[in-house]
Amino acid sequence: MIKVLQLIVDNTSGVLSRISGLFSRRGYNIESITAGTTADPRFTRITIVTSGDEDILEQIEKQVGKLIDVRDIRVLHPDESVYRELVLIKVRVGEEKRQPLVTLCDVFRSKIIDISKDSMIIELTGTTSKINAFIDVLSDYEILEIARTGIAGLRRGSDGIVNFKD
Amino acid sequence: MIGSDAIVKCLEKEGVTTLFGYPGVAICPFFNSILNTKIESILVRSEQNAAHAASGYARVTGKPGVCVATSGPGATNLITGIATAYADSIPLICITGQVDSKLLGSDVFQEADITGAAESFVKYSYLIKDVADIPRIMKEAFHIATTGRKGPVLIDVPIDVQNSTITGFKYPDSVNMRTYKPTVKGHAVQIKKVRTELAKAKRPLICAGGGVILSCAQKELRDFSHTYSIPVVSTMMGISAMTNDDPLYFGMIGNNGKSYANRAMKECDLLIVIGARIADRAVSSPDLVTKDTVLIHIDVDPAEIGKNVGPTIPIVGDIRSIFNDLAKESAECDFHAWLKTLQGYKKAEKPRKAPRRKYVDPAKFITVLSEALDKNAVYVADVGQNQMWSCGYYIAKGGRFLTSGGMGTMGYSIPAAIGAKKADMKRDVVAVCGDGSFQMSMCELATMVQNDIPIKIIVFNNGYLGLVREYQHNTYKANYSMVNLGTCPDLSKIAEAYDLLYWRLDNNTDMEKEVKSFLAQKKAGIMECMLDPMDTVK
Repeated sequence: MIKVLQLIVDNTSGVLSRISGLFSRRGYNIESITAGTTADPRFTRITIVTSGDEDILEQIEKQVGKLIDVRDIRVLHPDESVYRELVLIKVRVGEEKRQPLVTLCDVFRSKIIDISKDSMIIELTGTTSKINAFIDVLSDYEILEIARTGIAGLRRGSDGIVNFKD
Repeated sequence: MIGSDAIVKCLEKEGVTTLFGYPGVAICPFFNSILNTKIESILVRSEQNAAHAASGYARVTGKPGVCVATSGPGATNLITGIATAYADSIPLICITGQVDSKLLGSDVFQEADITGAAESFVKYSYLIKDVADIPRIMKEAFHIATTGRKGPVLIDVPIDVQNSTITGFKYPDSVNMRTYKPTVKGHAVQIKKVRTELAKAKRPLICAGGGVILSCAQKELRDFSHTYSIPVVSTMMGISAMTNDDPLYFGMIGNNGKSYANRAMKECDLLIVIGARIADRAVSSPDLVTKDTVLIHIDVDPAEIGKNVGPTIPIVGDIRSIFNDLAKESAECDFHAWLKTLQGYKKAEKPRKAPRRKYVDPAKFITVLSEALDKNAVYVADVGQNQMWSCGYYIAKGGRFLTSGGMGTMGYSIPAAIGAKKADMKRDVVAVCGDGSFQMSMCELATMVQNDIPIKIIVFNNGYLGLVREYQHNTYKANYSMVNLGTCPDLSKIAEAYDLLYWRLDNNTDMEKEVKSFLAQKKAGIMECMLDPMDTVK
């Protein structure tokens, strides 16, 4: 089972290491982790994709929630939230094969952000499955490098950091 | 006023009167500031024991224990003590000196990333980078250590921060922590369910853990169990929550517990676990408990609930507060048949196989010792066979039983007993250890004598690391490795060297008389009991 956790944490030094340390120490999996400031600069949003059986996932939620710096922990359920991930893919491609690749990128609404004589860097934002599908399609080409950001997500509706009370 | 003065001032504001520590250059400003106060600072002989002493102190006073060490090796030496306190949820304030903040991260002399190294054993840690933060951080540290599930908090203070001038010192009256608000009051709906389940139950059982003692809810536990005549068993950390003469108390559960206590766990239909983790040593297969049992789990830490066993009814909150709410409920129930069954099991318990006649029987000795002890005495058990015997044969009469339950740290008893005695000089404090654990903390005999802290030390001498020897006997067909301690040192000479009283028991002859006369002495002393090297726990 995969779960996406959204943490709102105090922007203290070492907060990320406290959280990632807890995962490694207790043997929990991190599929991906992203962090960045929120609309309120005092807080950082950390989005963690984790996996495990139901008991483990419940323990993860409780143990992470217990950390002193963690202000709020929520599960981002797929049907109540939107997730996006960004990927940069570097592909080896010469001039003669460039056009079909550009067409392919158009279909996936990805952007070509750099071209050199024999390679291209493509940027794509989307759900994890869309990105996986795109990488799959690119298998005819030689992929030189992939950089994925991991998931960022938000709950739908009007709740947000501005509603948090001190 | 400089930073180190401010830290000391904060300690005074928190009512700290005693701390345990060991100096070094990086913490010198602090130990200089402490000279101008009434706070007594006790110089231990190794930093680990400063943390253990603070732990013993905290457990007797109910206030956080304070230990202070220098940077680098001083700080890393504290870690075992911090981890020991963390495993048993003991509130500690650990202050460490640190190298100059401008040099942090450059591997200078005696620099260690102690906040990083201790991360997994502290409830929270601070590295103070701005002297102006001292009052807020100190206030928060005490708050975090003593509320919710208690535990150690580490404060690392670079030497330049200790030496910086602080202007307009003001100790905050309250903490404002957005992210930390532990639950105190149990959920009313859940509490009502306890009554419903009690009314349905035929064979209820309370399993009391260390949380009962940490929450100072011993009286509330006894009242609750007596209101409904519910039998009580305890975990190792829960020993002394009930007194042994209580007809409702059925001993300690677990690998080394009483068979009737374990049988009660297996056969009950309603199990109320209070302030216990239900860890591996207490219940060999935690999943078994819930199969046909309704499980009510009461704990201050929501993460404990469902960690080892899945509860039917979880109640999160402070145990004492929950007991007070439970007292407002009432239920009609009659558990006399169940109690009678348990009493039958208790009577049928086979006594331990006595060791050879020419040696002291530790079971008999501990029985005699606890009978001879004052009613409110503090008994500190170390780790090893001695701990198992202590758990099995200690008689709780209203005093305290301290031991390192979660971490099982050898050498805990002597420093913890020093801390316990400092907490209340009027109480009798006895440390019971083996010859292995004694030698781990032997250096603290000097602390004891120098500071006039008259504790009584019992050493079970069997020339072996007995619990490991027993394990090797059972698991490795008696191929003993690394467990033979030999016959040195001569404890009578050690006692003489430290100017301590020395008693020696070779066998059970005159045991009562000897124990009584040993305990009656005002001075600190060692009583050495010669044990059968091949004696076993059960």
